[in-house]
Amino acid sequence: MRKSADRLFIAGALAALGVALLTLSSLLVTVLFDGLSRIDMQFLTSFPSRKPEEAGILSSLVGSIYLTGLTALIAVPLGIGSAVYLEQYAKKNWFNLLMEINIGTLAGVPSIIYGLLGLGLFVRILHFDRSLLAGSCTLALLILPIVILASREAIRTVSHDLQHGAFALGATESQVIRRVVFPLALPGILTGVILALSRAIGETAPLIAIGALTYIAFLPDSLFAPFTALPIQIFNWVSRPQPAFHENAAAGIIILLVTTLLFNAAAILIRNSLYSRSARPS
Amino acid sequence: MKQITLDIRSLHVYYDSFHAVNNVSMTILEHTITSIIGPSGCGKSSFLRVMNRMNDLVPHARIMGEVLFRGANIYAKDMCEIELRRRIGMVFQKPNPFPFSIFDNVAFGLRIQKKHNKTFLRERVEESLRRAALWDEVYDRLHQSALELSGGQQQRLCIARALAIYPDILLMDEPCASLDPKATKRIEELLEKLKEEITIVIVTHNMQQARRISDYVAFFHTGELVEWGTSEDIFDHPQKQLTKEYTQGLFG
Amino acid sequence: MSVSKSNERLIQWTFALCGAVSIFVTLGIFAVLFWETFHFFQEVPLGAFLFGTKWTPLFVQKQFGILPLISGTLLIALIAMIIALPLGISIAIFLREYASSHLRRTLKPILEILAGIPTIVYGYFALLTVTPFLQKVIPELAGFNALSPGIVMGIMILPLSVSLSDDAIHAVPEHLRMGAYALGAKRLEVVFRVVLPAAMSGIVSAGILSISRAIGETMLVTIAAGMRPLLTLNPLGPVQTITAYIVQVSLGDTPTGTLEYSSIFAVATVLFLCTFFLNTIAQRLRQSFQHMYA
Repeated sequence: MRKSADRLFIAGALAALGVALLTLSSLLVTVLFDGLSRIDMQFLTSFPSRKPEEAGILSSLVGSIYLTGLTALIAVPLGIGSAVYLEQYAKKNWFNLLMEINIGTLAGVPSIIYGLLGLGLFVRILHFDRSLLAGSCTLALLILPIVILASREAIRTVSHDLQHGAFALGATESQVIRRVVFPLALPGILTGVILALSRAIGETAPLIAIGALTYIAFLPDSLFAPFTALPIQIFNWVSRPQPAFHENAAAGIIILLVTTLLFNAAAILIRNSLYSRSARPS
Repeated sequence: MKQITLDIRSLHVYYDSFHAVNNVSMTILEHTITSIIGPSGCGKSSFLRVMNRMNDLVPHARIMGEVLFRGANIYAKDMCEIELRRRIGMVFQKPNPFPFSIFDNVAFGLRIQKKHNKTFLRERVEESLRRAALWDEVYDRLHQSALELSGGQQQRLCIARALAIYPDILLMDEPCASLDPKATKRIEELLEKLKEEITIVIVTHNMQQARRISDYVAFFHTGELVEWGTSEDIFDHPQKQLTKEYTQGLFG
Repeated sequence: MSVSKSNERLIQWTFALCGAVSIFVTLGIFAVLFWETFHFFQEVPLGAFLFGTKWTPLFVQKQFGILPLISGTLLIALIAMIIALPLGISIAIFLREYASSHLRRTLKPILEILAGIPTIVYGYFALLTVTPFLQKVIPELAGFNALSPGIVMGIMILPLSVSLSDDAIHAVPEHLRMGAYALGAKRLEVVFRVVLPAAMSGIVSAGILSISRAIGETMLVTIAAGMRPLLTLNPLGPVQTITAYIVQVSLGDTPTGTLEYSSIFAVATVLFLCTFFLNTIAQRLRQSFQHMYA
């Protein structure tokens, strides 16, 4: 009789897993079914248009690429630097404790709030306007806690024995960081960075909050140029009543999902190749 | 008469309120092997880590007293702990080679001193590996990972790594604790040879080892230096009852 | 060969400065939100804001009662939790206590994929797939409604709730389980009488973090729940959440200094304080929990 209770629970849990799998697969199937036929060169190389069949994702795709690159440029050094500070330098005092708690808290702040921060700080006070730079800064602050947490995790895996070995040879703190801690933590850091960036690629709400435009018929030519991004374009198409635009949205989603999956795959590949290399350099 | 390299004067080490080393005074003579023995937790490792200021890395560690290295107090304000550690090397209980190649391990200490000349590095790496009696076993695979070596080889690699920057003193914290008897024997033979060139201070809990290799032995108990003298003094004619009991294996 | 101590100090300060950025981010959030919110409350009384039942900022007759936005936010979060928590906890128990390690290794990446999908995609799915499907079952369901995004959000948060619950269950020491098995308990009894009670504060923390995540979620509800700030608990009709209102105003070209503009900061402050409060409780619970079995 007790066995049957066990079985009942397993059945329930499997059903729960089934719901998750079913959702995932029906999501993928719907999107592929709706959008796959819409993806062609015309779609990839056209600017947005009032006519759904002439519209494309050129400006939003290029915008997303620039945006992600700039975001990485800002968030990665800051994030790794913070992690190194907290793991290697920070003594246990109230200020550093506050910093730790603060990063945990920031990781839980909804992304739309970062959008309003970007609106107030970058768009209005610093007068970046609705530019690529304002968008990248906003997304960089958004993923900063994720980069910090992942880098700290990676740095913590570098054993103290090795660091002490380097100190005993007369290495300075910065030499220990550069020659021991960083190379050994790099695979973990890179994995975290790429996952954070794949989050940034899909972010929509903060970009809407800072006022990213939805209709851009040119490519950004400077940091201060207005921009649009793939998720914004998708949102714009989803919000329209005509089914033809929904097809465009599905096609855009396929591109977005493929990009995200490529990033995840890259994270795994880089991690694996670096693990084998760190054991055998030059 | 041999020169005094390290002169320790009323040394105390505290971790928070824990008194790890209590009022220890002794000297280390050049080109000798001094063994530090005593039961676990007696402060011998703390004592060792004071001498190249590795204790600086332990949070809440506090040091009182003086340690003179060739007459200069290593805890003086103008003493740079980085320079000090380049002259007083250390080998740890568990072999801790970097997960780089054998060559990069030995070259590490030279490279951080910005010595990058390829020929120079190659010569010094070979010399150090020979001094550590490891060359014959690894000369054909210098660019393979150090982690592929056996435990005993890894420990000798760590000794080579320390020797490569020509330290005056080598501090060793139970270097054979995780090795098998054969590997231990090789390291002991190596130390015998090395003492002609450098001074060695070794922490060990292995009484036979201390007896085999040391010129001087210091016996620590609960943070205090109970007795200190030549190897024969400590093992054959100890002055204190506690030393006698410990060296005869009655406790510890 | 001499070591440059000042160089070392410079490097340390550079790293410390990086670390300080996150403090400035927090201060920035506080400053931006509170500054505009302060402007807002110079024109709208606090009482009317907190207890008003009408939210009509875009009408001529402007009213700023936040309750309809709160009810919309909570309604959808509630539906999401009804899905995410029971499913999440039982999947976590299953993976930890029943599943073979092979099955775990297969299922975890699938959950990670689910977690990696951008929310805009879930919005598309809720509006164009789930809602039409539900309408076949419930004919009176409106095209924009709370039910469909609520359900989809539940699935979206599922990976988070699984992994947090899994952390909690994983932290329960093995000897507790062994003790119970040694007394002749069956697996399900061990799970429900030993593991779950021991992991309770960790699981509660997981639940709170999931709620916090749900009320901050934006694009899914913006797309699929409609833009009607109604004070209702009817899951079949349209509602508006706090986050969706912020998007709605952001999409229009609202000039700085207007009441609409500052109103998004006022509601964002409410959202920020709620998530901040929930996250702090969750973190505390988590810490005390980890402390218990450390």
